[in-house]
Amino acid sequence: MKYVIIGNSTAAIGCVEGIRKVDREGKILIISAELHHTYSRPLISYLLMGKTDEQRMKYRPDAFYEENGCETMFGKSVTKISPDKKTVTLDDGSEIAYDKLMVASGSRPFVPPVEGLEKVKNRTSFMTLDDAHSLKAMTGPKTDVMILGAGLIGLKCAECLIGKVKSITVVDMADRILPSILTPEAAAVVQRHLEKYGVKFILSDSAAEFTKDSAKLASGKTVEFDVLVTAVGVRPNTGLVSDAGGKVGKGIYTNEKCETTLKDVYSGGDCTEYYDSALGDVRILAILPNAYMQGLTAGINMAGGEAAFEHAIPMNAIGFYGLHIITAGVYEGESYVKSDGENYKALYFKDNVLKGFILIGDVARAGIYTALIREATPLDSINFDMIKERPQLMAFAKNVRRSRLGEEQ
Amino acid sequence: MKRVYVNEQWCLGCHLCEYYCAFANSGVNDMVKALKDKDIYPNIQIEEDKDVSFAVSCRHCRDPLCVKSCISGSLSISDGVIKVDQDKCVGCYTCILACPYGAILPSPRGVVQKCELCVDNIGGTPNCVKGCPNAAIVFEER
Repeated sequence: MKYVIIGNSTAAIGCVEGIRKVDREGKILIISAELHHTYSRPLISYLLMGKTDEQRMKYRPDAFYEENGCETMFGKSVTKISPDKKTVTLDDGSEIAYDKLMVASGSRPFVPPVEGLEKVKNRTSFMTLDDAHSLKAMTGPKTDVMILGAGLIGLKCAECLIGKVKSITVVDMADRILPSILTPEAAAVVQRHLEKYGVKFILSDSAAEFTKDSAKLASGKTVEFDVLVTAVGVRPNTGLVSDAGGKVGKGIYTNEKCETTLKDVYSGGDCTEYYDSALGDVRILAILPNAYMQGLTAGINMAGGEAAFEHAIPMNAIGFYGLHIITAGVYEGESYVKSDGENYKALYFKDNVLKGFILIGDVARAGIYTALIREATPLDSINFDMIKERPQLMAFAKNVRRSRLGEEQ
Repeated sequence: MKRVYVNEQWCLGCHLCEYYCAFANSGVNDMVKALKDKDIYPNIQIEEDKDVSFAVSCRHCRDPLCVKSCISGSLSISDGVIKVDQDKCVGCYTCILACPYGAILPSPRGVVQKCELCVDNIGGTPNCVKGCPNAAIVFEER
């Protein structure tokens, strides 16, 4: 059996570990455009903050490929999948045969179509290790930085520049920061925190035109900068699968086994769309834990085992200068909100289940809430008053506690 | 494999398990020196309500969500024991988001900490179990 994996990040590594749970013998080839040993993409901001280094931010140990019998081909891109011949074509024109193929092609930064963007002298996105290297080389204590986008990537970028540059201005079209994971009320708590460290925000506004070192905004304001970081979102890399005739919606379509509609071709990670069981609809949930679980599921199935990727929900853990934020699910239905200035908590519930939550500051034991959403636990089967107060196993019935704490899990 | 299991009906809520855990992880030989007048950060925690109390620590799940969710590769499984590499961990708390038992805890170092069944300190029976006066937590195969 010969497995070929396109990509070398989370879903690809999950796939290797999935294959090796079932098949210790088959050949695995990993093809990646990046030259680096597998590393954790979200750690690039921690790298620039000095909280990790390039050795420690490796997603798996140095011996990973060897121990898992993987051949690697770095610095090569796949340009075509031929599902009939069961080959992939590389950018150098060569063809490689596969028995089972994993497409973990990830996503790419969206470059906004703003006039003059190509004139900007110092510009980078903030997704890869190479981006982190570029940003570091471009910035210094005298640098004014403009970040376009107040999402997870833009704000982690802002955080790692605090204290290292002269100014940081974040611009976003949305009326609040982190619009994908926070309500306006919760976003205000985090914004106040970041403003304490000197980060400036211009919200409900967008870049209308760039010169080499300034942006004219839709409101008429001008922002001058030395370095521009574009962080306005990502787009899934779906082309290989759609060109080969596979089904692509918002992202690459896969079933619960992580199979695409192409025979013997699987996919997972940020290039795919999937069913969000909290939302009850299909969407792209580009989050690392789900990428790993999809990769693992794909790998097990590719090697002839049986696994399903189900109960995917949005969930994020992120922090800025000591302020932790954990969120999951969707913010629908009735809410319970508790705030004391420092800490903020909002729980959302509907139809007898917890639908979503936002915790800022005190995030201890948040996974107990996450599990209530994932498992759609009926709220009338637990002590909801206790759960509102804090995440605790005490809120569950005695027999449930006995099973959770007294049986092998 | 042997794990720590809870017999809720025997728990006195005395919190000794927390102290024994902190001691085992202190690297100090003398319990008094290790704990006296110090804030402790144990990997096992007592939950208590009016008449009920019980200890919660890592279940060492066979198919752990925390390990799958770890964004840095700091959590791994070694002979069934889920361990955290605190030098690799950046304290993003994705594991705290994922663990259904609330058994992974922020550490004073700014990273996370968790029960590792005392395999790398005292070895053998975990110290929380040794210190429990009423067999409310046990170390056995189930």
